[in-house]
Amino acid sequence: MSEKILEVKNLHTSFFTDSGEVKAVNGVSFSLEAGKILGIVGESGSGKSVTAYSIMQILAGTGKVVEGEILYKGENILNYNKNQMRSFRGKVCSIIFQDPMTSLNPTFTIGSQLMEAILLHTDRNKEQARERAAEMLTLVGVNEPEKRLKQYPHELSGGMRQRVMIAMALACEPDILIADEPTTALDVTIQAQILELMQDLQKKLGMAIIMVTHDLGVIAGMCDEVIVMYGGRVCERGTADAIFYHSAHEYTKGLLRSIPSASNMKEKLVPIEGTPINLLNMPKGCAFCSRCDNAMKICLEQKPDEMWVGEDHLASCWMNVKKEMQEKAGVTNE
Amino acid sequence: MAKYVVKRVLLAIVTIFIITLIAFFTMNAIPGGPFNSEKASSPQVKAALEARYNLDKPLLTQYVIYIKGLLHGDLGISTKTGRDIGETIFESFKVSATIGGMAAVIAIILGIVFGSIAALKRNTIVDRIIVFLSTLCTAVPSFVLATLLLYVFCIKLGWIQVWDANSNNFLLPVISLSMYPMSYITRLTKTSMLDVLGQDYVRTAKAKGVSQRLVIFKHALRNALIPVITYVGPMLASILTGSMVVESIFTLGGLGSKFVTGITNRDYPMIMGTTIFLAILMVVMNLVSDLVYKLVDPRITFD
Amino acid sequence: MSENNMPKKNPLSMQIDLAKFEKATEEEKRQQDVMSESSTFFKDSMKKLFKNPLAVFSIIVLVAIILVIIFAPMVVPYGYSEILKVNGMRDKTAMNLGPMQFSENELKYMEENNVKLFPHIFGTDELSRDYFIRVVYGTRVSLAVGFFASIIVLIIGVLYGSISGYAGGKVDLFMMRIVDVIYSLPDMLVIILLSVVLKEVMGESTGIFAKLGTNMISIFIVFGLLYWVGMARLVRGQILSVKENEYVLAAKSIGAKPGRIIWKHILPNCLSVIIITTALQIPSAIFTESFLSFIGLGVAAPMPSLGSLANTARQGIQSYPYKLLFPALMICLIVLALNLLGDGLRDALDPKLKK
Repeated sequence: MSEKILEVKNLHTSFFTDSGEVKAVNGVSFSLEAGKILGIVGESGSGKSVTAYSIMQILAGTGKVVEGEILYKGENILNYNKNQMRSFRGKVCSIIFQDPMTSLNPTFTIGSQLMEAILLHTDRNKEQARERAAEMLTLVGVNEPEKRLKQYPHELSGGMRQRVMIAMALACEPDILIADEPTTALDVTIQAQILELMQDLQKKLGMAIIMVTHDLGVIAGMCDEVIVMYGGRVCERGTADAIFYHSAHEYTKGLLRSIPSASNMKEKLVPIEGTPINLLNMPKGCAFCSRCDNAMKICLEQKPDEMWVGEDHLASCWMNVKKEMQEKAGVTNE
Repeated sequence: MAKYVVKRVLLAIVTIFIITLIAFFTMNAIPGGPFNSEKASSPQVKAALEARYNLDKPLLTQYVIYIKGLLHGDLGISTKTGRDIGETIFESFKVSATIGGMAAVIAIILGIVFGSIAALKRNTIVDRIIVFLSTLCTAVPSFVLATLLLYVFCIKLGWIQVWDANSNNFLLPVISLSMYPMSYITRLTKTSMLDVLGQDYVRTAKAKGVSQRLVIFKHALRNALIPVITYVGPMLASILTGSMVVESIFTLGGLGSKFVTGITNRDYPMIMGTTIFLAILMVVMNLVSDLVYKLVDPRITFD
Repeated sequence: MSENNMPKKNPLSMQIDLAKFEKATEEEKRQQDVMSESSTFFKDSMKKLFKNPLAVFSIIVLVAIILVIIFAPMVVPYGYSEILKVNGMRDKTAMNLGPMQFSENELKYMEENNVKLFPHIFGTDELSRDYFIRVVYGTRVSLAVGFFASIIVLIIGVLYGSISGYAGGKVDLFMMRIVDVIYSLPDMLVIILLSVVLKEVMGESTGIFAKLGTNMISIFIVFGLLYWVGMARLVRGQILSVKENEYVLAAKSIGAKPGRIIWKHILPNCLSVIIITTALQIPSAIFTESFLSFIGLGVAAPMPSLGSLANTARQGIQSYPYKLLFPALMICLIVLALNLLGDGLRDALDPKLKK
């Protein structure tokens, strides 16, 4: 088993708004091994992006980590001072954002934005930084890198910009790359290219990736491990296979039922009824209970803990308890 | 770029031409000519004077004569003092521009600094003080401010000589002139800075490990200044030509006061001259601010 | 998968009440759905506005000022142009009284007849007129100018801007060139020129014009001619961006007429910008009026405006500085309140700032 590079323990992140405390992340724990790809799936508002931003410490405005630890090689980065945090960002851990159209500064050239990170985190001088920037652009498959360096973001297409974002994130060879819905804002054909590129780069450079997405298709193809989040909590975790073929949480099942695919084209798609929960007023029991078809009385009253449902496969759903009890009852009856 | 500038200059010329039209015919709509008040002068003298200034000719001919002169850089002679208008405007503009220039520089620099600080220290006491003072300052008319300054520092405290135009003591006029634009720029910078700080690319810069200071002064400020530039262009034009109020309260012989005396004296060439001068300045400043725009924001194309 | 920090529980290791594993009813589930109460955008904004202490303060100040200028003339027994009289005789001792002072004649009169006269709250001016009532009337004039001028700007600007923005193409180009030209006119010069011209042209008129003074009219005309361009540009810009939205396309595709599309679909979406700009236009109009009055082109005497009162007071500042204070404070208070209210409206109406 390889080295655990990042560990998140019992993370709670809240936003303090006029209407009260919005608990976006409620006790999320996971760990990331060097060189592996971890997928975090969930719908909008499930806390997946906030988890990613908490690691980078780039929460917007009133957001704050209120509880928990984030350990990088055993050191809690929440205790880092400003300078340590600065060298953590970009050098140790980089992030690619969802929307490449707005994530690049419109008033600076591609070159100056790429070189900025390189100059900040390495000893390279300007000339070397420029060479490195061009090298990175070539690596991510941008043609005519020298010309691109002089261009402004608005002169590039969305796919190109996302490649630039990736080049920027990887320029200082970070240990961890967080990809926050890197393909959501792109055309389908470009999506595939970008994902392929990321897998490719991961093999070449060997960094660990946290892939945050709502797209189960993205996760299926490339992740070693998957975490499914709902309402700021982890509802299921395991290998991609376990999640897809043996899903043990009602939410995951619903999620899988609601995606169209070539294999179930003739079947009817089943959407998950209802709307995502209100994070201002978290229910006492399971976060998903009000939308769950199989909700039981206990689901409304008591929060389910994470429980083993298979090898390397955990889920927090009372249905598993019921199932097991029924099985056991069946065994004893016979 | 060059094509755009040419287009804009052509448009500017049209604008200035229209302004001369408006100014000329409005001015002549004012009943009573420049020589009506001097009742003592005989009709012959009056006729002679009017002939000298071409006032006896039809209005349209007068206009054509005026435009011809204008194209040669001749703004005519004052009907009141007999002095060359161009010269008078140039001299009074020097006074206005000195004070206005100082006021503008102060307003722009302090405005941007205070605005950025307020945005950075959002919801702290520093922010509240800056916002309160700048809101207060935009609520005080310049003549009230100028009068109060005059009253307190010259009359009550006696620190500054009052009616000495040659002392070069521009402190009070500069303060009175810069207060409003400074407060306005402060508020503008703060709002747009807050807007920019919420943008995705600021988050990107932070995620790259750029320090807070650099994020603000490199990545954010440049974008935040775009709306400020729009305001600064026309502001510069009006502040450089001096405020009539401040000039008349501090009895400075600037362009603004020349215009007011021109009106009261029915000094047609003077009114025309100042109007055209101000209009040209305004048009040029607008053009310059649009070009600066392009420098700051590469997204703007001129086609 | 990491083993150390994960909760490791076997489902059956727990003692659990079996009854709880019955299916929950729909009703029970629904109770869990704690939704935030639904409210309209307008309600939401108003709630936000009234939570902003500065905006509430401004509203209180403005309402107080409006109440005073409406009711004070009914209570105070003096007229704005009335020279004080005692017993039908002109009171020459009542010049330049300080706040709350009575003149010698008034004191004598009160003592002799054992009556109480209404106090001169702000004192009197150099022509023995009650200063308080003059400030009240001055405020009336200034507020009226600000209000009506803004309405003129609003109407012309919104009409022009929406037509230009919606029509687009050559029409838009031509209309915007006109705006560009007007925008480059030095506004103060035009105001002064127009004031002078109108003063002469309308000098003979009677009725309401005479009472307000031709300068008032010229201010309105100038606002109508010049200041709408800012509003027009703003509305056009808004419309250009809103026009591209799908719901406008949807309205078009079901055959809605342009007028209806502008009125029903586009303008409501630009409303917040329009409201804010109008609120901020009022102080600017008040400034312009007070400035014109300052250089002697304001309302016709004896009608006061805050600007003309301040100007008169400025000339006597050495002896009676408080006389500048009252109108000046009034201007500042009104403008400050309107600015703060404008800011509050911006914060409340801008959905981007919604938390």
